[in-house]
Amino acid sequence: MTNLTELGVAAIRDGVADGSFTALEVAEAFNANVAAAAALNAFIVATPEAALDAARATDARRAAGQPLGKMGGVPIGMKDLFATKGVQTTAASHILEGFKPEYESTVSAKLWDAGAGMLGKLNLDQFAMGSSNETSYFGNVISPWRRSDGGNAPLAPGGSSGGSSAAVAARLAPAATGTDTGGSIRQPAAFTGISGIKPTYGRCSRWGIVAFASSLDQAGPMARDVTDCAIMLEAMAGFDPKDATSLDMAVPEWEANLSGDLRGKKVGIPREYRMDGTDADVLASWDQGIAWLKDAGVEVVDVSLPHTKYALPAYYIIAPAEASSNLARYDGVRYGLRDLPEGANLQDMYAATRADGFGAEVKRRIMIGTYVLSAGFYDAYYTQAQKVRTLIAQDFRNAFTLCDVILAPTTPTAAFGLGDMVSDPLAMYLNDVFAVPASLAGLPAMSVPAGLNREGLPLGLQIVGKPFDEQGVLNAGLAIEQRAAFSAKPERWW
Amino acid sequence: MSVDTATVAKIASLARIKVSEAEIAAMVPELNGILAWVEQLGEVDVSGVEPMTAVIENHLRLRADVIDADPLTGGGVRDAVLANAPAAEHGFFAVPKVIE
Repeated sequence: MTNLTELGVAAIRDGVADGSFTALEVAEAFNANVAAAAALNAFIVATPEAALDAARATDARRAAGQPLGKMGGVPIGMKDLFATKGVQTTAASHILEGFKPEYESTVSAKLWDAGAGMLGKLNLDQFAMGSSNETSYFGNVISPWRRSDGGNAPLAPGGSSGGSSAAVAARLAPAATGTDTGGSIRQPAAFTGISGIKPTYGRCSRWGIVAFASSLDQAGPMARDVTDCAIMLEAMAGFDPKDATSLDMAVPEWEANLSGDLRGKKVGIPREYRMDGTDADVLASWDQGIAWLKDAGVEVVDVSLPHTKYALPAYYIIAPAEASSNLARYDGVRYGLRDLPEGANLQDMYAATRADGFGAEVKRRIMIGTYVLSAGFYDAYYTQAQKVRTLIAQDFRNAFTLCDVILAPTTPTAAFGLGDMVSDPLAMYLNDVFAVPASLAGLPAMSVPAGLNREGLPLGLQIVGKPFDEQGVLNAGLAIEQRAAFSAKPERWW
Repeated sequence: MSVDTATVAKIASLARIKVSEAEIAAMVPELNGILAWVEQLGEVDVSGVEPMTAVIENHLRLRADVIDADPLTGGGVRDAVLANAPAAEHGFFAVPKVIE
């Protein structure tokens, strides 16, 4: 019999629909893999019963001859940033430990309506702040990948969607939700040899997603290939009146329109992304990606994104500023943790609760955000950063007069070791150097696996598209996928 | 611009985060490192550039003026609102006494 956990979203959906296997068999197989992978710490909470219930519902619909939905019979992992009714939702923080939402996020509700089931809530960097999944209150996620040198050094699965990337790479789930504020879907996807797409800002509703930086946060799918991402994104996207920035546009049929034939398309290569310090293998994979896209029929053009070097510093003003405001809601009054020292007044309670409930990186970003928004510094930091953001978006608009999509590396290096970067927040931030510009401009962007580096670790290639052109991004991703024929997977040690 | 211990204590107070003197001492160089790095934004000529307000063009919608048009986000759900409160009494959130 087929090893069901080797199947992706499309294969499971189609196999359940044509009766090759039942949704229940699929859910049981993935539940077993989740239960056997505690060493990866990818899940904060496993919900095997939820997966089985959804599977039984799908099997019953099939028996009754009813449509099964875009994700019918597909069990998925849910990043623990999405509010799930009655199931603990923590954002990997102590301050939300035990919080059981009374409502379901729009994106997760859409996935359940499309026939998906929940395997559990996935670990992440606390409040999605981090690039290595080392800031979770519930411990590090360990990447299923190891270097080919025979050493067993635990590696970072990337972040913030590190539980999602580890779970998909390790075959604990065929797909998972991610969220991307400054690379949190693409960077972990690249580190673990999977695909992930952040759609245009506003495609997926933010309602019910624990907020980090509201002008940047976007949900998206993480899966093993481009087709699976297209299917799942269709199920996640769509207008939601409950999100003021939701796009009131029809959801395109991304899956049906997938094509790796790129004849007549132009691909831009941003010269500013050839940075000092970028790993030689990463640069080689970029050149290989250019060759693959040429083979798919594109014309390659040189483009310039002159403000690239200012994207990260602008991001590290804007995102903490928004975070300091969004995270003001954690006050020990309405939900989550309360720390009320003996004799404390209300203000003392707020301060004690937040000191106890937030991790070091979250506090650091709240402090930065509070400072850059404070009287006397607002214009010098925040307004300046928002002006630079305008210029970064303008850079992309100019580039897209010359090309249809942009190709770049996803990350400057392959996965680093857990602990290698924690002592230097700035070095950690720099890992998102290629991912952040598209976030600041709200553009659709995806990472697809390109190959392995000299240490046997995956490298990703990033495609950035015009606003609303997820199709162009997915198609270029597919063209790379067809040529890269990436089939490597982590050898099971857990 | 750089921050000193007094400034960090002030920021922590504004952010309602209790910090010890040792934590402040550790934060000063960390925050200064980050602030020194972001200050490179000052090099960028932004004359005539408007600050970004919306990353993707969108219009501000108004909801229909209908009570409880969406029952999920409408009223009458007191118990659900209070369900996760660390302390709720008599249908209200409970906090330490604020008036002496």
